Amino acid sequence: MAYSEKLIDHYENPRNIGSLDKSSEDVGTGLVGAPACGDVMKLQIKVGADGLIEDAKFKTFGCGSAIASSSLVTEWVKGKTIDEAETIKNTDIAKHLALPPVKIHCSVLAEDAIKAAIADYRAKTAKKAE
Amino acid sequence: MNVHTQIRRNDQPIYLDYQATTPMDPRVLEAMMPYFTHQFGNPHSRSHSYGWEAEEGVEKARGQVAKLIGADEKEVIFTSGATESNNLAIRGVAEFYKDRKNHIVTTVTEHKCVLDTCRHLEQQGFEVTYLPVQKNGLIDLDALRAAITDKTVVVSVMAVNNEIGVIQPLAEIGKICREKKTFFHTDAAQAAGKIALDVEAMNIDLMSISGHKIYGPKGIGALYVRRKPRVRLVPLIVGGGQERGFRSGTLPTPLCVGLGEAAEIAMNEMEGEAKRLAKLQARMLKGLQDHLPEIFVNGDLEHRIPGNLNISFAYVEGESLMMGIKNLAVSSGSACTSASLEPSYVLRALGVEEEMAHTSLRIGLGRFTTEHEVDTAVEELVRHVKKLREMSPLWEMAQEGIDIKSIEWAAH
Repeated sequence: MAYSEKLIDHYENPRNIGSLDKSSEDVGTGLVGAPACGDVMKLQIKVGADGLIEDAKFKTFGCGSAIASSSLVTEWVKGKTIDEAETIKNTDIAKHLALPPVKIHCSVLAEDAIKAAIADYRAKTAKKAE
Repeated sequence: MNVHTQIRRNDQPIYLDYQATTPMDPRVLEAMMPYFTHQFGNPHSRSHSYGWEAEEGVEKARGQVAKLIGADEKEVIFTSGATESNNLAIRGVAEFYKDRKNHIVTTVTEHKCVLDTCRHLEQQGFEVTYLPVQKNGLIDLDALRAAITDKTVVVSVMAVNNEIGVIQPLAEIGKICREKKTFFHTDAAQAAGKIALDVEAMNIDLMSISGHKIYGPKGIGALYVRRKPRVRLVPLIVGGGQERGFRSGTLPTPLCVGLGEAAEIAMNEMEGEAKRLAKLQARMLKGLQDHLPEIFVNGDLEHRIPGNLNISFAYVEGESLMMGIKNLAVSSGSACTSASLEPSYVLRALGVEEEMAHTSLRIGLGRFTTEHEVDTAVEELVRHVKKLREMSPLWEMAQEGIDIKSIEWAAH
């Protein structure tokens, strides 16, 4: 299978690998996928006092397309508000990386991962406000 | 003579996929060449020397194949490959004896061409028993004995598995089949030329062989069909009645000659080559185990051809690993590249958990594999597995002592 240069670049030089402190109040963590399906993504965002995502980290168990998709979205969400980050669509990811049809699910998973991280962050802040 | 010359170009990856196919041995190509040029005759032409010379080449090859498996040359017919041989053996026998018998016994880890043939026969009204395998990939002989009935026409059990390289107990299976008066077919595509095979000692009635798995050409295979006691088959391909009527069509002389030569070389060099490969296999495994925790060999390590390793690298998805090890040509145990995302049915049949099945690679060693290539492969695998584990959320959880099975994953 021929992959795009962008995809290979993200696979070979993944951006923002790592973990943030998941117990921290300004960190939202999304963990999606399942080991049995061959894909698990953990995506974390750290939201600053100004409401902008100041850092994002990921770890992914999955094929090259899954790794590239998650690497790409960590780049995209940085500097965005969580509302803006929420609008990232899997089709944008798939298009940017030129994912082959059998790999579209990787971009869907990456979108789910951002949404899950945002939801986790929102749940934490809502709890704090109570 | 044993040629361990490098046959790949320097810009090609190291070939470690010998169960998928093998390169042709240069000696095989040499033997074939005259039959592409001057000796082009139709081996079935009886009226001139072109035909006679081609026939001589084909019959010599038939003898070479027969010798490899302890058969008589009259019992070997040429086919297009192991897929055709498996189709012909199982369908041919089932259809010929269908008035008296309607049951087939096979195993769940057979090659797709055996399983699909059996599915096809099920649609025709035959009954098929798919024997499970044990954790080590071998069948349980008591289960086999229990599965055979007086309606069983054939038992088809592969000699060596194409994914995990395990060797089934052929002699014991043959003995049971003979006692129970049912035919024994074995798909020996991965076994011929690698392990000693003897159709007499093992009571084998039908055996499939592939050319391109034994350093011969693609597009040629053979089927051994026992004459005493006679095994009858309904042919798949009819016409001129060549190959004892089992397989019509003009024989591809150069391919037959190539298969014959490949069989003879494999037989002459089997012992030394098996020892050499066993050393390389051990070297590869030790190299990996010395540097990587949590790797697991799938299938029995003892009852296994030395040219195969199937390893699960826990917490690293197989396809991403293959993408990293660009300099190595291996295949993934997981069929993740297919849209189904189903991991290997063979590994699943061994009871390998799905998440583990997704982390496996099949590494095939063969005649042209060198120690240096093994060392390079180990180094590259270790480097990439470590890198991908650093990237793996599952590895991180495992390091933190979190049981991955305790998490409720959303299947997608």
